[in-house]
Amino acid sequence: MVYLDHAATTPMLPQAAEAMTALLAQPGNASSLHAAGRRARRIVEESRETIAAAIGARPSEVVFTSGGTESDNLAIKGLLWARRQSDSRRARLLLSAVEHHAVLDSALWLTEHDGAAITWLPVDGAGRLTPDVLRAAIEENPDDVALVSVMWANNEVGTVQPIEDLAAVAHSYGVPMHTDAVQAVGQIAVDFAASGVDAMTVTGHKFGGPLGAGVLLLGRDVDCTPVLHGGGQERDVRSGTLDVAAIAGLAVAAEVAVKEQPVRADRLRALRDDLVARMRAEVPDALLNGVPVDDAGARLPGNAHFSFPGCEGDALLMLLDARGIECSTGSACSAGVARPSHVLLAMGHDEERARGSLRFTLGHTSTKDDVDALMSAIAPAVERARSAATALR
Amino acid sequence: MKVLAAMSGGVDSAVAAARAVAAGHDVTGVHLALSPSPASYREGARGCCSLEDSRDARRAADMLDIPFYVWDVAERFGRDVVDDFVAEYAAGRTPNPCVRCNERIKFSAVLDRAVGLGFDAVCTGHYARIVDGRLTRAVDPAKDQSYVLAVLRPEQLGRAMFPVGDSRKSDVRVEAERWGLGVAAKPDSHDICFIPHGDTRSWLQERLGEQPGDIVDAETGAVVGAHSGTYAFTVGQRRGLGLSVPAPGGRPRYVLDISPVARTVTVGNVEDLDVAELVADTPTWCGPQPSLPFTGHAQLRAHGEVHDCVADVVDEALLVTFADRPRGVAPGQTVVLYDGDAVVGSATIRSTS
Repeated sequence: MVYLDHAATTPMLPQAAEAMTALLAQPGNASSLHAAGRRARRIVEESRETIAAAIGARPSEVVFTSGGTESDNLAIKGLLWARRQSDSRRARLLLSAVEHHAVLDSALWLTEHDGAAITWLPVDGAGRLTPDVLRAAIEENPDDVALVSVMWANNEVGTVQPIEDLAAVAHSYGVPMHTDAVQAVGQIAVDFAASGVDAMTVTGHKFGGPLGAGVLLLGRDVDCTPVLHGGGQERDVRSGTLDVAAIAGLAVAAEVAVKEQPVRADRLRALRDDLVARMRAEVPDALLNGVPVDDAGARLPGNAHFSFPGCEGDALLMLLDARGIECSTGSACSAGVARPSHVLLAMGHDEERARGSLRFTLGHTSTKDDVDALMSAIAPAVERARSAATALR
Repeated sequence: MKVLAAMSGGVDSAVAAARAVAAGHDVTGVHLALSPSPASYREGARGCCSLEDSRDARRAADMLDIPFYVWDVAERFGRDVVDDFVAEYAAGRTPNPCVRCNERIKFSAVLDRAVGLGFDAVCTGHYARIVDGRLTRAVDPAKDQSYVLAVLRPEQLGRAMFPVGDSRKSDVRVEAERWGLGVAAKPDSHDICFIPHGDTRSWLQERLGEQPGDIVDAETGAVVGAHSGTYAFTVGQRRGLGLSVPAPGGRPRYVLDISPVARTVTVGNVEDLDVAELVADTPTWCGPQPSLPFTGHAQLRAHGEVHDCVADVVDEALLVTFADRPRGVAPGQTVVLYDGDAVVGSATIRSTS
């Protein structure tokens, strides 16, 4: 199997699987006061310290959650509610137009059910948001802004945003900023404190940890209203019995992924650049979406995203799948039905270009053989997909 | 062969796919999403039933260990089947959406895409057979669907597979059980798939609005009732007329004619529904065109009875003459010609006399 969908989920690192497996059968609720509880709590707290150290946060800023979607929901809803409680005018959310659905749909829900408003921050043709755009959006009315949320790196086209600069702009107006860093951690250098953001979403399964375990990094002085109510386990912001084994796996993965990140990123970048160059040879009219690969810092090293003119992305995916090559048409969150990506549309591409796109994402298990396999399959697949393209129109 | 199995989520298409697998074909399952897609953001526009059906189809594909995808055909289905359905009722005819779906979606759009992607055939759960290249009635007469497939041309039939057509429904369910398919006991679907609540009249009214008019007696010309839209009526209909003036002698009255332009529904006696001949448009031959005039049988509605007939082509239309005067033939329906159990061809009924 040729797995080119690491942005969807990447295989668990062996060290993480080992750490987790060792704990799966061990009893203990980290909130219990007896010895088993203390043993579990110790693992949780050591994991918290490990994660904090890996991502440039303080241990007290690590709030364990069930993953990216929950962290995004908590950040968007929790920060809005807290900000509005201290000043009822603050009901406007500033979001980049290329956010993940976990951010986007949380915000839309707030507009539909809770009186919030959204200002969409437009991106350029490569998916980049500039600080000036953010500044202008805040300037419309600095007093009514609840928060800014801009993803660190885009899940579809891999565009990396200037998070530090954006956070500085937000802070110059006293506005808190959240970033969804799900795709960034382990791929590029991410430092919570240095970035200046107030809240950051992280999930384990994108860097070799288990599924269902994530973190919201929340600055110590940031007010956040809970979404899940209950035992108040995590700073009274997030309730729920902690999944000790998953948290241990998450911590090991974070430590390993971050430590190995510079070397792995160089390797993946070279592999990706090779993929892009050979794609141009195999399918000369394929269009690379996002930032050009020579602008190394502005694109995730493992991301290659193309539009294939005259093709339907889902037809191409199916043809490659039949050849044992696994990739994605972009975000997998639409019940199996292909819809034009809001990310590509926001970048100014038309529906046809959006529908004809495929994402190949490399990760820690990727090799040159994977790229070779893709290259031997892609041109005939594109040719076939073209001949079938208009049948359903 | 590389076979694309269209899987609705029902038991028939699941067993059809299973049989294609058992026959040694390289099978890929596809569920056709027919409801309109929400625009940029998910708004929950898809009915729960179709999501559930999609899941059932996926689970059947899992059990057969075949790849499975969802194809979004909502745009084509909306235009070619749903819009056509509304337009036909608006024009005073009674369409058969399953016929249109087979003609324009399953064995046209989907088949074309499948062939383009390298498949040799499309497999469905229809109850029909292809015997020596001829579309033929299913073994189970109660389930026979050759009528709704009679719009297919030889080149389409050449790439169609109906693996359950030679079985009885009860055997298909037993076989589903044997394959471990969760849909083995799933109830049959009967209603028009895009009108899940089954109330065609109110569904049409939502789309066409109120168009009140008179119900007129065919003999006297007297107004005997009122209606809120001619699209709510079908030729031959007796129930739900809501007539205010009883007929002389208390005889039941039936819809004889629908004139959407005049907004008039004409009613009369049952004998006036008897048809001696009909004219039907765009004859389609499932095999080589028969020598004309053709003497055989005609079926005038799904699961309807058959009538001895003589058919000929006059001015590119099909002229069908009956010996036994069938009753209540609605324009818009399909007339299907049979030679014994074999389907000869079909056409869309324009008028009767």
